[in-house]
Amino acid sequence: MGGSDDSVKSKRIVFVTVGTTCFDSLVRAVDTQEVREALFKKGYTDLVIQMGRGSYIPTKSTGEDGSLSVDYFTFSSSIAEYLKSASLVISHAGSGSIFETLRLKKPVIVVVNEDLMDNHQSELAEELAERNHLFCARPQTLYQTISGMDLGSLVAYQPGDATPVANFINRFLGFNDE
Amino acid sequence: MDNRYSCFFSDMGFLNVAISFIIGISTLIMIRIFYVVYRSSKPLYSRPPGTLSTLIILGSGGHTAEMINLLAVMQMDRFKPRYYIAAATDNMSLQKARVLEDSLPDKAEVELVGTSQFMQIYRSREVGQSYVTSVGTTLIALSHALWLMIKIRPQVILCNGPGTCVPLCVIAFVFKVLGIRWSSIFYVESIARVRRLSLSGLLLYKLRMADQLFVQWPQLKSKYPRANYVGLFQVANFRLYWTSEETEVANHRIFQIKYD
Repeated sequence: MGGSDDSVKSKRIVFVTVGTTCFDSLVRAVDTQEVREALFKKGYTDLVIQMGRGSYIPTKSTGEDGSLSVDYFTFSSSIAEYLKSASLVISHAGSGSIFETLRLKKPVIVVVNEDLMDNHQSELAEELAERNHLFCARPQTLYQTISGMDLGSLVAYQPGDATPVANFINRFLGFNDE
Repeated sequence: MDNRYSCFFSDMGFLNVAISFIIGISTLIMIRIFYVVYRSSKPLYSRPPGTLSTLIILGSGGHTAEMINLLAVMQMDRFKPRYYIAAATDNMSLQKARVLEDSLPDKAEVELVGTSQFMQIYRSREVGQSYVTSVGTTLIALSHALWLMIKIRPQVILCNGPGTCVPLCVIAFVFKVLGIRWSSIFYVESIARVRRLSLSGLLLYKLRMADQLFVQWPQLKSKYPRANYVGLFQVANFRLYWTSEETEVANHRIFQIKYD
């Protein structure tokens, strides 16, 4: 069995996060046998689901029978730690969650919630997917995305900064910058 | 003279005067509005101003995070006194602003930061609220917004999207037209808006109430030519961890949903 440090090193964790939303269709899709098997085939060992306000409860599993170990929780005060220790992130399409994951340079599948009204979130996910910074999927297409994904095709996201806006505002207001 | 005729003629005269008066005032106001819109689009001061009182409008979640990103790179000694307004039910945003303000003396500037004030404004409509009561709460929100604006009369307004900013910006615009206070209104559209402006952004753009509007994606620049494209700016030190209070609030919401 070994010490916990050893097992952490050999783990490849998939972290699923829905933020503060209710996103049962994603949690359900992740909890299906085909998705779990696809993840296991890709070499992942653990699946951790942060289910937020969802009402669908996934099935826990220890993974001792040679399959994916599955665990879940609702919220945490240290989501960043979970993101950092993950080898793959599957996230809802909130911009905060997306950029937090990209900043940590983690491969991420962003899943768009089609039940949301006025789904402008999908714009951001699709645009970043087009630029190869992440993969974009819907709950129904999650399995295909996982089986077909090539992590090597991802391009790192370079964060910009807000200085151009600050400079513009300063110039507009007449502040001279030394 | 026959009384009826003289009454009739003086009534007509009065009506004419009233109508001319109304037309005259409306024309003056229209001219003033056009002047305000024209002047707002141009850089404001030819010489560097001293300090400018600044109103920062915070919205929930991602909005606040993006605003903090912007404030982190602005020279805060130019923008003071600073006032923060968030919706009354949005405690987290003001807390984050407080954290930012507390962190400022640690940066290069050595000045005191005691000039910031924190306030809350009533949200026009909570998610899920019935439309009937929404009218009442909107009126309360507007009166409260008006009261706050009269008190603050900021010279600079920074906002980035939440519904709370529209009434405040409209009031600021009216103050400009009436000569009560000239505010420079800067609106930064969220990075999450790629192909369409948010409703707040669209209103301020179409009504030309923002002096300058910034967008972060080139598609929006093509669609809205008067906007300024500034590229993406999710700053490297952006953090979205939940404080224990946020966890508690979120857990409380679950409790309400499950056991109501």
